[in-house]
Amino acid sequence: MNRVENDEKNKKYLNGSRIDCVCYDDLRYGGFASDFTMNNEVAVKNKKLVRNLAIVAVAMFGFGYALVPLYDVLCEWKWIERDRPDAIKAIPETAYEIDVNRNIKIEFLTTLNENTPMIFRAEQTQITVHPGEYHTVNFYAENKTDKPMIARAIPSFSPALTSTYFEKVECFCFSEQTFAPHEGKTMPMRFVINPALPYDYQTITLSYTFFDNTQNAVKK
Amino acid sequence: MKKIKQLFAGVTFASLGLQSAQADYTLNLMQGVTTVSHDIFDLHMLILWVCVFIGIAVFGTMFYSMYHHRKSKGHKAANFHENTTVEIIWTIIPTLILVAMAIPATKTMLELDNVQNSDMSIKVTGKQWYWDYEYLGTGVHFESHLDAVSEKVHRDGSDPTRVPHYLLNVDNPLVVPVGKKIRFVFTAADVIHSWWVPDLGWKKDANPGFINEAWTQVDKPGTYRGQCTELCGRDHGFMPIVVIAMEQADYDKWLQTTLAKQNEKPDLSDQNRQQLMTNGEAVYLKNCVACHQIDGKGINGTYPALSGSAKVTGGIDPLIGFLQAGTSRMPAFAKLKDNELAAVITYIRNAPELGNKVGDEIQPKAITPVYDDDE
Amino acid sequence: MSAVTAEHAHDDHHDDHAHGPEKGWLRWIVTTNHKDIGTMYLLFALAMFFVGGAMAMIIRAELFEPGLQFVDPQFFNSMTTMHALVMVFGAVMPAFVGLANWMIPMMIGAPDMALPRMNNMSFWMLVAGILLIASTLFMEGGAPAGGWTLYPPLVLQTGKALPFAIFAVHLLGVSSIMGAINIIATILNMRAPAMTLMKMPLFVWTWLITGFLLIAIMPVFAGSVTMLLTDKFFHTSFFDAAGGGDPVLYQHIFWFFGHPEVYVMILPTFGVASTIIPVFARKPLFGYSSMVYATAAIAFLSFIVWAHHMFTVGLPIAGELYFMYATMLIAIPTGVKVFNWTATMWKGSMTFETPMLFSIAFVVLFTLGGFTGLMMSIAPVDFQYHDTYFIVAHFHYTLVPASVFILMAAGYYWMPKWTGHMYNEKIGQLHFWLSAISVNILFFPQHFLGLAGMPRRIPDYAIQFADWNMISSIGGFIFGASQLLFLWIVIDTIKGGTGEKVSDEVWEDAHKHGLEWTLPSPVPYHTFSTPPTVIPCDHD
Ligand code: HEM
Ligand SMILES: [Cu+2]
Ligand SMILES: [Cu+2]
Repeated sequence: MNRVENDEKNKKYLNGSRIDCVCYDDLRYGGFASDFTMNNEVAVKNKKLVRNLAIVAVAMFGFGYALVPLYDVLCEWKWIERDRPDAIKAIPETAYEIDVNRNIKIEFLTTLNENTPMIFRAEQTQITVHPGEYHTVNFYAENKTDKPMIARAIPSFSPALTSTYFEKVECFCFSEQTFAPHEGKTMPMRFVINPALPYDYQTITLSYTFFDNTQNAVKK
Repeated sequence: MKKIKQLFAGVTFASLGLQSAQADYTLNLMQGVTTVSHDIFDLHMLILWVCVFIGIAVFGTMFYSMYHHRKSKGHKAANFHENTTVEIIWTIIPTLILVAMAIPATKTMLELDNVQNSDMSIKVTGKQWYWDYEYLGTGVHFESHLDAVSEKVHRDGSDPTRVPHYLLNVDNPLVVPVGKKIRFVFTAADVIHSWWVPDLGWKKDANPGFINEAWTQVDKPGTYRGQCTELCGRDHGFMPIVVIAMEQADYDKWLQTTLAKQNEKPDLSDQNRQQLMTNGEAVYLKNCVACHQIDGKGINGTYPALSGSAKVTGGIDPLIGFLQAGTSRMPAFAKLKDNELAAVITYIRNAPELGNKVGDEIQPKAITPVYDDDE
Repeated sequence: MSAVTAEHAHDDHHDDHAHGPEKGWLRWIVTTNHKDIGTMYLLFALAMFFVGGAMAMIIRAELFEPGLQFVDPQFFNSMTTMHALVMVFGAVMPAFVGLANWMIPMMIGAPDMALPRMNNMSFWMLVAGILLIASTLFMEGGAPAGGWTLYPPLVLQTGKALPFAIFAVHLLGVSSIMGAINIIATILNMRAPAMTLMKMPLFVWTWLITGFLLIAIMPVFAGSVTMLLTDKFFHTSFFDAAGGGDPVLYQHIFWFFGHPEVYVMILPTFGVASTIIPVFARKPLFGYSSMVYATAAIAFLSFIVWAHHMFTVGLPIAGELYFMYATMLIAIPTGVKVFNWTATMWKGSMTFETPMLFSIAFVVLFTLGGFTGLMMSIAPVDFQYHDTYFIVAHFHYTLVPASVFILMAAGYYWMPKWTGHMYNEKIGQLHFWLSAISVNILFFPQHFLGLAGMPRRIPDYAIQFADWNMISSIGGFIFGASQLLFLWIVIDTIKGGTGEKVSDEVWEDAHKHGLEWTLPSPVPYHTFSTPPTVIPCDHD
């Protein structure tokens, strides 16, 4: 069937008159089937709808990615737990009044991710501090291989909600650490507990996990 | 109710000609041994009964109708198709039930969340495929693997039915004192795991790079078993958890002996071949078998075979260095003591089940350190 | 309820020109006819139902007894992963798309789908996607074994198969998005003039809503697996803590897709049930408009409850409570549906042919799945249920004796219309009873196993779980074998069935319930070239 015949049929369809059959599956015909099988009005409507729905689909693909930053925002709203390496808090060390009546126990945990051949420990695993008081805790890390190593320490807090009150002035976790073969380093972490910490919390756990990023860093 | 259910189960088994291998099967959730686990159990029963009653009402109506409103009984169809009153009623009543459920559920949720004011803390690290426990502030730190018998039986295909606590037993259980609020901190070193002991009432995921926390207070001394509940790879089914709760005095004693044992210098004196092979097998089952398999054949395309491997049967010093340093695809086994390394090297070079037969013995003093693990 | 006088634009035949199907096998490759494509979708889904079923048989065989008897744990994990992927993306979803293709144009008085070319393309893309994912079984390192949820970091340990599996997911995603767009366009633009929205059969309504769900979620899924891909091969760190990412973020994104996805598999099910039950109760559907609103409500709620799959990942308390309350809410519209079906049967004049039997079993057994869903929505109790066999029982109740049973019901219900032949009612009923009994032997004991402490996704288990596992496996084998009866029936019916001539309306007074029953049986290749002018309305 050729296009002219088709158009004839479409016209009949438009007029609402009866036709036997509209050819829907004539693949030998070039354009989209919808070009010729439906009256124009419907074809135009379809095209528009398809375009809009396709835009929605593409937008939803983007939305998937938008969930990544959205997640961080939600975390800040305390809906969903997560704690990111914190930016350096540039506060003068006298900014807070020391609350000597409160004692907060701070625990330091160290973990090595799989295939991270290091030694890693906190020199003090547990200290008690007053809110507002500045402290430095040293961590020791050593590369056990005879190759250079680039590693990164990822912090995590428990209870997660305390992370915003735990203000770090100096930390080895702010950036990747480079180790020479068999190099051992003592790395300080200086912090203060914001006195606004709610009274519900008496213990804060801060965990660091070291990840060997050498391969990734090299490839990049 | 329990009796009736067990009776029902018994009848089912009898009619199928089955025998329960162990009589301690259960049909319902465990009540557990903590206050929280009891609360959870009560919530479970409450919501279960709510469902049972709604079910009876709905299915009762439906079956009544199916019996009486049949064409074969000559029932003529009515023609109604809506009734606002009824529809409002059956929207409101469930809503009220849900609100009533939400109240105790919220209470229990808050209780579970209250981790502060604990008496002690234990760090739990999930690893492929065992657990690592660290008693914070005490220096006690050990690994907890599937026990050797289960390990062997599930791998060599022998009959598991006679193994005590098959797949639910470990070499080093987690020991806790009763009556103390214990805080757990969870993390993982590779993939996500999840730590579950039903008797404690909850499970918690162990995420790599992050920590989670939960708490428990066990009231009753006893042994409580659980498993990893987040798919973590090939041997996910083989990393159980055993918690032993004991009186404070017993716990203190346990803590001391464990600490002493942990700090003990390993016995580096010579061993005879038999000792080396037996110890070597134990080390192999704990550390190597997951990848290299019980027959040493490895997994095609993923983990290399030890059987007939030149690296295994060749020079000893390179082999020692290799084990201590690991590779990107095999962890470093620097954590193994010299006597353990010597034993496992002797074992992999000579075990008939691995198909190797070098015919030598490696003694602990032959182990030269590549580097020391001083942790 | 108006009578039907839809014009038949077809019996006075059109063999005068080449508008029948293409001759030979080429017909099936190039066809753009909604009936051909529907048939292909349905047969493909049936084939995948058996492929996925074979995997389930391997799983149940390994779990028949404690100890490892047949397969390696890694392969076992591949089986659970592939079983789920094949069943979800290869069987249940395509089967509903097949039904949509066949029935929606006929139900709304349209001559075909709005976009016939795209229709053909989405089918073949589906085939390509499924073949690709099946081919990973033969790759080095084996098929994906990290569970159908593809959680990192575990899924990144997959061998060579990972990029292929991800690309397959992309293909499947694009295929279902195109399918969904087509269905929405058909429903919104191609209805016969008299077919107003609130006159549409519920199957059409539920698919309209499902179509929107698909367009909203499949791209999100595609995005999440793309992030996996770039994390693995291009050094991004969306989910890698080492680079500042978070594996839990993946779970949020996945379940943002995953929870609506389970509703994609159940909403059309609701639609079919609402179509079949009134016919055999000889009574209009109770509460048509509340059914529509309940469906929309469920679809809406499905976007805001995702983290009920993640109660144990360590959400802060506010999150736990919010997701618990929101999830509990779903029970309300779901309840409305169940009550409506019950009220439809009430004071009807029921007969129990095979489609009705499957539909009733659906209502009862789906409700059981809904009950366990309600139980799991209570967050503190889910701390016990999560990732055990209890949840395996939950979602299998909502998928097998619900979605799959309704697909069976739909098959029996419309097969006479499609083929013009009557299926064998005796064998159909035998198939029903064997399936209904064995599916409960298969899945009911899994509640006990989960409560007693058996985790999901394990190839071997402690001795105290032995008895119920054995019973469950026996149920599984009977269920699997019973489905061969269905295969036999499909073949037999296509070949001629009982040989009796079926009438146009097939089921007593069915023409009052749907336009499709005004067409001849078997349906001619082209229908409703001229829109019908009077629409049967089951409710008004
Ligand atoms: C009243 C309605 C429902 C409620 C309240 C509900 C609730 C839940 C909850 C809380 C979970 C998570 C359980 C856990 O992982 O611990 C879950 C899992 C699941 N549900 Fe439902 N559900 C409902 C209906 C459905 C329906 C209709 C379907 C499918 C057609 C479905 C399919 C699933 C699936 C597939 C999973 C498990 C996914 C996985 O982890 O692999 N549910 N449901
Ligand atoms: Cu696991
Ligand atoms: Cu869900």
